[in-house]
Amino acid sequence: MFSGFTLFPERASTMAGRVDALYFALVGLSTFFSVLIAGLIVYFAIKYRRRAPNAIGAPIHGSLALELAWTGLPFLMTMGIFVWGASVFFAMSRPPDETLNIYVVGKQWMWKFQHLDGQREINELHVPVGRPVKMIMTSEDVIHDFFVPAFRVKADVIPGRYTSIWFQPTKPGRYHLFCAEYCGTRHSGMIGQVVVMDPSQYQTWLSGGAPEGSLASAGAKLFADLACNTCHRPDAQGRGPVLEGLFGNTVTLQSGETMAVDEAYVRESILTPSARVAAGFQPIMPTFQGLVTEEQLLELIEYVKSLKTLPQVQPR
Amino acid sequence: MATTVALPPRHYLNDGYGIASWLLTRDHKRIGLLYLAGVTFFFFIGGAFAVLIRLELATPVGDLVTDETYNKLFTMHGVMMVFFFLIPAIPSVLGNFLIPIMIGAKDLAFPKLNLASWYIYMIGALFTTYAIVTGGLDTGWTFYTPFSTVSSTSNVIPAALGIFITGFSSILTGLNFIVTVHRMRAPGMTWFRLPLFVWSHYATSLIMVLGTPVLAITILLVAAERLFHFGFFDPAVGGDPVLFQHLFWFYSHPAVYIMVLPAMGVISELVAAFCRKQVFGYGFVAFASLGIAVLGFLVWGHHMFVAGQSVYAALIFSILSFLVAIPSAVKVFNWTATMYQGSVSWDTPMLYAIGFIGLFTIGGLTGLFLAAVGLDVHVTDTYFIVAHFHYIMVGGTIMGYLGGLHYWWPKISGRLYNEWLAKFSALVIFLGFNLTFFPQFILGYLGMPRRYHAYPPEFQVLNVLSSAGASILGVGYLIPMIYLMWSLRYGRPAGANPWGAVGLEWTTTSPPPTANFVETPIVTWDAYDYSARVEDHVA
Repeated sequence: MFSGFTLFPERASTMAGRVDALYFALVGLSTFFSVLIAGLIVYFAIKYRRRAPNAIGAPIHGSLALELAWTGLPFLMTMGIFVWGASVFFAMSRPPDETLNIYVVGKQWMWKFQHLDGQREINELHVPVGRPVKMIMTSEDVIHDFFVPAFRVKADVIPGRYTSIWFQPTKPGRYHLFCAEYCGTRHSGMIGQVVVMDPSQYQTWLSGGAPEGSLASAGAKLFADLACNTCHRPDAQGRGPVLEGLFGNTVTLQSGETMAVDEAYVRESILTPSARVAAGFQPIMPTFQGLVTEEQLLELIEYVKSLKTLPQVQPR
Repeated sequence: MATTVALPPRHYLNDGYGIASWLLTRDHKRIGLLYLAGVTFFFFIGGAFAVLIRLELATPVGDLVTDETYNKLFTMHGVMMVFFFLIPAIPSVLGNFLIPIMIGAKDLAFPKLNLASWYIYMIGALFTTYAIVTGGLDTGWTFYTPFSTVSSTSNVIPAALGIFITGFSSILTGLNFIVTVHRMRAPGMTWFRLPLFVWSHYATSLIMVLGTPVLAITILLVAAERLFHFGFFDPAVGGDPVLFQHLFWFYSHPAVYIMVLPAMGVISELVAAFCRKQVFGYGFVAFASLGIAVLGFLVWGHHMFVAGQSVYAALIFSILSFLVAIPSAVKVFNWTATMYQGSVSWDTPMLYAIGFIGLFTIGGLTGLFLAAVGLDVHVTDTYFIVAHFHYIMVGGTIMGYLGGLHYWWPKISGRLYNEWLAKFSALVIFLGFNLTFFPQFILGYLGMPRRYHAYPPEFQVLNVLSSAGASILGVGYLIPMIYLMWSLRYGRPAGANPWGAVGLEWTTTSPPPTANFVETPIVTWDAYDYSARVEDHVA
């Protein structure tokens, strides 16, 4: 029962120290105020205990100065904590520019991981130490939540959209991965391990197996199989927009709005193409809702992402 | 205190006998007791589920019940405790009984509506009980979509319908209190002479009336999506699952204040009565209640910091959540200051009040951990949250409820309970509570997610401590049940004012007559005006 017993979680990411610092500051603050209030109550309860059955308290009604003090001081203190908490949150929400991207699909009750090089894993995730890793996540069914306590990161994994988190592991080892959003019968079985490896070991692991080739190449094959390439041609002669160089840029819609081309937009354009049609094109694309799985969607997105280079033949 | 007191010859309890005199009563005091029977019953049902949860969690593997049963246990524990105990407990029992007496009125403004709200509550409870006995519910009390609308195969619709129906009892009670406080105050009972118990119930009523309809609509949307596959929340048919969370928490966060504001009102009464002193900063405490009620409506998004809302939305909800902590802190400071130079007695209700202030302080301060958005990311959805809201709801609301029940029990029943047993059980509850829930803060920071049927073995020691505490807490709750029942028959008659307290409820007999007062009181003094009214009351 006592094996592995501890009162404090392992610290294995660059974020963990920042979160812990805020935690300890708040533990200190809470202890101070709890002891202050409890101490005053016990002291008053003893010092001013009723000594005669008919005794009454002193006729004190209040003090404006005290009220202002104990409204103002907590206000200033909480605003300080707000700023601190917000700065940690900003760091969590802004991944570095260069990240190792891994796709996550949650389903009742397992975690599926897709590496860009094509490796697929279930309930076990291998990442290298020292590199920022970004997880791009969605769910096949209900809401799940990707939680690695040792990294102090957590984000809901929501069907129909992509959420992301990032972390930079600092210590090789095996760490708990939990589903933290209740997702049905085997919720507590939707657990796994994050295996943080030395870069060299990670390279060995990577080269160990990706029989189907990279994620983008799987997407390219799918792109052809689904005949996407008949309309989305690199030469601007197709009935659909050119996809080369599109990802990460903006597109102008028929309504005149501009839209950032990110994972969510590509996903929407595959599943409900008529929702936001690019200016200059007809809403003729059929929906692929129900025809592609969440994992295939990720392959297609990764393929679109890989089309970074501008078309070889520039339109005159 | 006079040595030979007897019950008054005529009072509300002997004004008619037989089942019809109770089930058709329009007397707010009797309706309060009908509610007392209801909420006590559902408290022990919800408590029984908690016992099974803690038994299961004594070992890391899921061995006592199946995972499916476990999920139903924590769901039904939450549903029963939140909707059928915590929300109605203090307003519908103590508020119902006391608000008319405290303001010098004969009854609430709408006595028949008051009875109707009890029936609505019971009908809702029956629906949900039906859902439980015919297979149960496994969505969590939060009904998160799309799990509740497309995935769960349990009795979602009957359970949700029960909550929908019960919501109307909440709305009607709130409406009744608001109109009563506006229209039924005795001559001279100005707003700033109202006991703080009335102020906090007024604030609570505003939340009930404004918030509950949103929950009702949300539940209907869930039922409609389940039945007819409308795409409100299910992304497969174009819905947004997070929209549900916005709607749900728009009610359910203010609902936390429905649970805790009335308890704060009780504590103000207890601290004043057992220090025989005006509550320090009366106006600040009164307006803090309204401040909490208003700000409470603006913080729902802090339940969704990890649910993919925008960074800026998260920051707004974070800062507003810090702001709602301020009026709560103001109350704690004022209660503590009230004890300064008081005449502090250590009677049972005061022990509960002290327990409340201590536990609510910890519950409130740990709320700051959750409002700090960068820290919330790590602790949300873990046992840290479980510990935090149990400190507020059990350490706060139930301590306040039990403290109030012990304070006004002589008024309600006309009799005194065994003071030593009462003190003993208050101590047992305090210790059992802390042993149950304090380890959960540590478990949460370690990363143990909530709603887990099985967990990694390194979390076992803290879980065993928690389960041990729960068994102590359970015993602590059973003891008052026994001696309070016993006192109904064998307790010494209490007399009109056993505590030597001021407040209109202590000027009438115990138990009060059906019309509360022989003559309508005329109020010429402030609340808790001990120094001016010492001869009248503390004689």
